[in-house]
Amino acid sequence: MTPQPPRGLRDYVAILYPAFMLGVFFVVPFAIMIAVSFFRRNELTFYEPAFVLSNYARLFTTFFGKSFVFSILLSALVGVLVVIVAFPFTYLLTRLRRRTQVFYLVFILSVLSLSEVIIGFTWSTLLSATAGISNLLVFMGLLDQPQAWTPSLTALVVGLSYLGFPYTVLVLYPALSRLDPELPEASRMLGASPLRTFFLVVIPVMRSSIISALIMVFVFNLGAYVLPQVLGRPEHWTLSVLITDQAIFQSNMPFAAAMAIVLMVLSLMLVAVTLVLGQERSSQR
Amino acid sequence: MSTLRLEDIGKSFGNFAAVSEVNLEFPHGKFICLLGPSGCGKTTLLRLIAGLEQPTTGQIKLDGKDLTAVPAHQREFGMVFQSLALFPHLTVGENISYGLRIRGTEKPGCRQRAQELLELVRLPGVIDRQISQLSGGQRQRVAIARALALNPKLFLLDEPLSALDAKLREAMQVELRQLQQRLGISTIVVTHDQREAMTMADIVVIMDHGKVQQVGSPLETYRNPANAFIADFIGITNLLGAVWHPPSTVTVGDITVRIANPPANIPNGAPVKLSVRPEDVHVRPAGEVGVNRLPGTVTFIRDLGSSVEITVECFGQRLLAVTTPRERLNTRVGAPVSVELPENSIVVLKS
Amino acid sequence: MTRTWSNLFMALMMIILAAPLVVIAGVSLNAEKQLLFPPEGLSLQWYGELLSQPDWRNAIANSLIIAVISAALAVSIAFPLAYFLWRYRVRYGPILYGLGVAPFMLPPVITALGFLIFWANSGLYGSIVTTIISHAIFFTTLPLVTISLGLQAIDRQIIEASTIMGADERTVFRTVVIPLVRPYLVSGYAFAFVLSLNEYIVSYMVSGLTIETLPIKIFNSLRYGYTPVMASVAVFFVLVGFVVYGLIARFGDLPRLLGAWAAREP
Repeated sequence: MTPQPPRGLRDYVAILYPAFMLGVFFVVPFAIMIAVSFFRRNELTFYEPAFVLSNYARLFTTFFGKSFVFSILLSALVGVLVVIVAFPFTYLLTRLRRRTQVFYLVFILSVLSLSEVIIGFTWSTLLSATAGISNLLVFMGLLDQPQAWTPSLTALVVGLSYLGFPYTVLVLYPALSRLDPELPEASRMLGASPLRTFFLVVIPVMRSSIISALIMVFVFNLGAYVLPQVLGRPEHWTLSVLITDQAIFQSNMPFAAAMAIVLMVLSLMLVAVTLVLGQERSSQR
Repeated sequence: MSTLRLEDIGKSFGNFAAVSEVNLEFPHGKFICLLGPSGCGKTTLLRLIAGLEQPTTGQIKLDGKDLTAVPAHQREFGMVFQSLALFPHLTVGENISYGLRIRGTEKPGCRQRAQELLELVRLPGVIDRQISQLSGGQRQRVAIARALALNPKLFLLDEPLSALDAKLREAMQVELRQLQQRLGISTIVVTHDQREAMTMADIVVIMDHGKVQQVGSPLETYRNPANAFIADFIGITNLLGAVWHPPSTVTVGDITVRIANPPANIPNGAPVKLSVRPEDVHVRPAGEVGVNRLPGTVTFIRDLGSSVEITVECFGQRLLAVTTPRERLNTRVGAPVSVELPENSIVVLKS
Repeated sequence: MTRTWSNLFMALMMIILAAPLVVIAGVSLNAEKQLLFPPEGLSLQWYGELLSQPDWRNAIANSLIIAVISAALAVSIAFPLAYFLWRYRVRYGPILYGLGVAPFMLPPVITALGFLIFWANSGLYGSIVTTIISHAIFFTTLPLVTISLGLQAIDRQIIEASTIMGADERTVFRTVVIPLVRPYLVSGYAFAFVLSLNEYIVSYMVSGLTIETLPIKIFNSLRYGYTPVMASVAVFFVLVGFVVYGLIARFGDLPRLLGAWAAREP
């Protein structure tokens, strides 16, 4: 029974409610946001209907331009770091016995569910000079004095990596579970050590999954809102932070909307690339 | 010379003993089949030989050298996997020469060797194709070529033909056998299909529940099965319940049957099973007098054109007789007959 | 040899993942009203405060109400959508799926901002309804992905078999599809629930000034002074996650729910 196109009006029943909900509560807000991004800012009423491009233009000024570039570079850097660690981890995870896998998965899911706020709070505590790792090291005699390692760029990278790791594991998990276990075994029988097998067979075969994961975690990082504020200094604030800042504290909705649109277009393009890669992979099978 | 010796090999997963008490010696250059039903441990045993699993007990020796601790990638065996496991990201030629390349062979050398092997498995002209472009049978040959590329000491195959359709499978059985004989390479094949084992093997190792049940040539295991399981697994057989009376007779019901090759050490009066192959069961007219005759009634006749199968019931047990159209008795369902069991066709097995 | 290295690597990663949680747990047990680690003096008072102080209890109540309802709403949107896309072939199928998946795939700030502008213009700004609906839309993605996975896993021949035995479409749906897809409905709900509990930015932007959820309260507390109660909230969240996912693992096939094949061996 291959899927057929819907015939009567009755067949469309299932789709009406979701389409309505998504239409009204998702499409409409976005349409409004696109419109607002072209509005002019007004001191009294916050914004007035207009059609100006100044909001978008402002994005290319030095300050916001730099933040934009910084956001992209930071997200890319953290993305690469996370995938380099998460890929071998997930590969090893999928080779474990089923029951052991479940333990790891429950733990990883639990960590994944933690919001950025909790992770931000946790890591700022962890890297502080009163209640953190450095205190533990002093306690153990490995360090002279407690040190505050936050706020700093390193702290931010560490926090973002911690945030992105469980997400990446779960993104890679389906594809890696489905990797034929006999492929690496064949490579070993042909004389490649497990390490060489990993680089010569596992990574190339999983190439498109790795790229998808990179893109997904890159977009994920772009959305980090709390960590740059908690673990980083103002010069480390990413685009997401600035958007909120503009929207709420500077009351500049049109500009916030414009930045959000640009960020959204970038993210959508990348997600589209991931979907295309996914189609390619399944058509090769 | 590559003699493989397995000494007291056992492998357990938790409480489950997949393989136990395996002692085998395989001389060089033979085609060996590990045969048995699903779950009997044959694939586990193959993987132990390959080094993909570590034995819980015992040792594996090749030409006297202890291989047990040697990891899989250093054993220099060739293996064909059940799923074939061809690398999707490499071409046919690159797959075949993979082992050479990782040992540092230059590209032209690799390519040449791949060409040689493709000639050997009779698949010329596909060296630059992608794996996804090949048919099942072609992939099969590429997998074989890849496994043989490094002139391995042992050639291991895990249910290599299970994914092929029946006709192709039969053709490949013959080809594999011929290939092995041409190369003279020691080969171990895992299969659950006893006809496959009969076609290809010099030596058959029959396994059940993790233990070796019998080792011998295919014909030996067919003619002299060591127990009822083997008798029933290899080919088709009749298993008739009887009572043993030394030195060389049994009683079936109230009829005495003479045995030409009596076994030793069975007490008088013990229940036994008689294994008789259908082609050795002769259906004769009722009332005919002779040695080893059982009275019975015909319950089913199947005329297959090239052979005739007659099922007879004797003393509440069923006997299947297979014969040719020329030699069959002209009878019908419900008719009384006399069934002859020639004394040297009967194998007595413990019950 | 390699096995030891890989075990070490995985253990190391798990330690790194767990370490912050251990520290936070330690901090939450500190006797004094300071964030110290290792804790000086152990006390459970902060957990007590979490459960007794009216503003924390209020925040917990808000978070729970929002999570319970919005997760249900999310599943109610995701299920018919997934079913429709699985049952019928439509050219705009990928677009619909993309629409369902988009809210979560985009940086949350964007979705939050869109909701903010929308609700600000709707007159409902500040009511808990806005948070519930926004969360429902935002978290439609997870149930959608999970339920789609579950539907795809249904062997079409089972449906054909039931049709031949006389079941019409509604009966097939009731007797075959629903039972097979139920674990995915439950886990989709659970994912959405846990994430809604933890979610910050959307709830903040949409009604943060009037409705204080747990994450909002923590973030506000971050600015106005640290107390170990925040640490106990963090531990609370982790425990909720463990319990929910542990239950799913206990009663379902977690690897399969996350995309692996069905289990075939011990």
